[in-house]
Amino acid sequence: MEKIAATDVNFYYGDFHALKGISMEIPKNKVVAFIGPSGCGKSTFLRLFNRMNDLVPGARLEGKILIDGQDIYGPDVQVDELRKNVGMVFQRPNPFPKSIFDNIAYGLRVNGIKDKEFIRHRVEESLRGAALWDEVKDKLNASAYALSGGQQQRLCIARAMAVSPSVLLMDEPASALDPISTAKVEELISELRNEVTIVIVTHNMQQASRVSDKTAFFYMGEMVEYDDTKVIFTNPHKTATQNYITGRFG
Amino acid sequence: MVKFIESELLHLRSEVYDMWTLVCNQMDQVRLAVLGLDSGIASQVMVRERRVDAFELKIDSDVEDFIALYTPVAVDLRFVLAMLKINNDLERIGDYADGIARFVRDSEGCLLDSSLVDNLHLNEMFTVVLEMMKGLQQAFVDEDPAKATSVMSMDDRLDTIKAASTGVLVEYARANPDSIALCMGLAGVFRKLERTGDHLTNIAEEIVFFIDAKVLKHTSGMEESGKQSD
Repeated sequence: MEKIAATDVNFYYGDFHALKGISMEIPKNKVVAFIGPSGCGKSTFLRLFNRMNDLVPGARLEGKILIDGQDIYGPDVQVDELRKNVGMVFQRPNPFPKSIFDNIAYGLRVNGIKDKEFIRHRVEESLRGAALWDEVKDKLNASAYALSGGQQQRLCIARAMAVSPSVLLMDEPASALDPISTAKVEELISELRNEVTIVIVTHNMQQASRVSDKTAFFYMGEMVEYDDTKVIFTNPHKTATQNYITGRFG
Repeated sequence: MVKFIESELLHLRSEVYDMWTLVCNQMDQVRLAVLGLDSGIASQVMVRERRVDAFELKIDSDVEDFIALYTPVAVDLRFVLAMLKINNDLERIGDYADGIARFVRDSEGCLLDSSLVDNLHLNEMFTVVLEMMKGLQQAFVDEDPAKATSVMSMDDRLDTIKAASTGVLVEYARANPDSIALCMGLAGVFRKLERTGDHLTNIAEEIVFFIDAKVLKHTSGMEESGKQSD
């Protein structure tokens, strides 16, 4: 069964029609990459999955988005509950101005967990899951800002994973990182797919082909093609997709 | 597409085209060498074989560089993979021309009976090979998979002529025991030309693959398997 199902999604920023009739199904525990030129709507679509666009003035959504069969824009949905289930990692690492430990523990505490032993255990588990434990285990009380950019990004992934989401959204998570840190984040994505469904926006074609199971190509608010990543990068069915991935676009 | 990448692809295409022309010329010259048992022409073919080898190394190196530097995908990836394989096939065909030239050099002083040449359809064998090579070169230039596929059927004629040549040569050698060495050499020529036909069939398959993303290999050209184009 699909984890996320979008049906005939149209999205508007005021008069601007940003997403046009998009329908897609994202299977559980798979990595799906969104690619396309700047302004094509891929990040807008991604942000709909945890209602990040709700507070954008003039924004309006038509259509349905279901996660685990539940309409996430339904009247009974609590946005904070939704975001516990649908974590997000951004382009630039954004750790809180707190210690490494407190960054990870923050989400757990906000959710009312007070059991210190459980929190300590979960912090370690999350940092191990983000392949960061060995690098920070001796300085958990140090400021998160003392970490390198790549480490901060993995810390943010660990922070998102600490509250056990079932979906992880990533908006160009490695675009500000060096090649070594990028490789670590990509390796992490590959390992996390066992626990969560991952949707990643990237401008890096090779990254999309390396880490994702399925790829969707967006252009001018439309989803032009959505297929297995292997198909998209070897024999895409649409000429526009081929022109984009081979750099002939425009 | 970025202009310098497009220019690299055009350069690679041009190199393969030039190698194709050279190998085609080698086969044409070795045809003249065999039919006239002309060791002078054969020597020229053997000298030019070094150029064929140099082309192969250059194209191999350029394909490797292109993949490493530009990480091609989709049609570009299929194109460079096809160039790599076509390069290899052309080099093998060049080797066959060289091998036939060596037979001519080693047969210096022998006479080739014109009736034997006619019975063997030796000239036709070369003509079919050259028609296939030129037809495929045009299909490559025009990016025409239908033309490439149509050339593949000509390989059947090569198989038929080659199969019949063994009996003709055995019969001739039995009647002319002094010509046994020559007949064995001619059998080698037919074997090489028949294998050339197989390599040309491979090239036709590669042309179809890079244009249409269809895999014809191991389906005898009768069925299409694998990916479908749009």
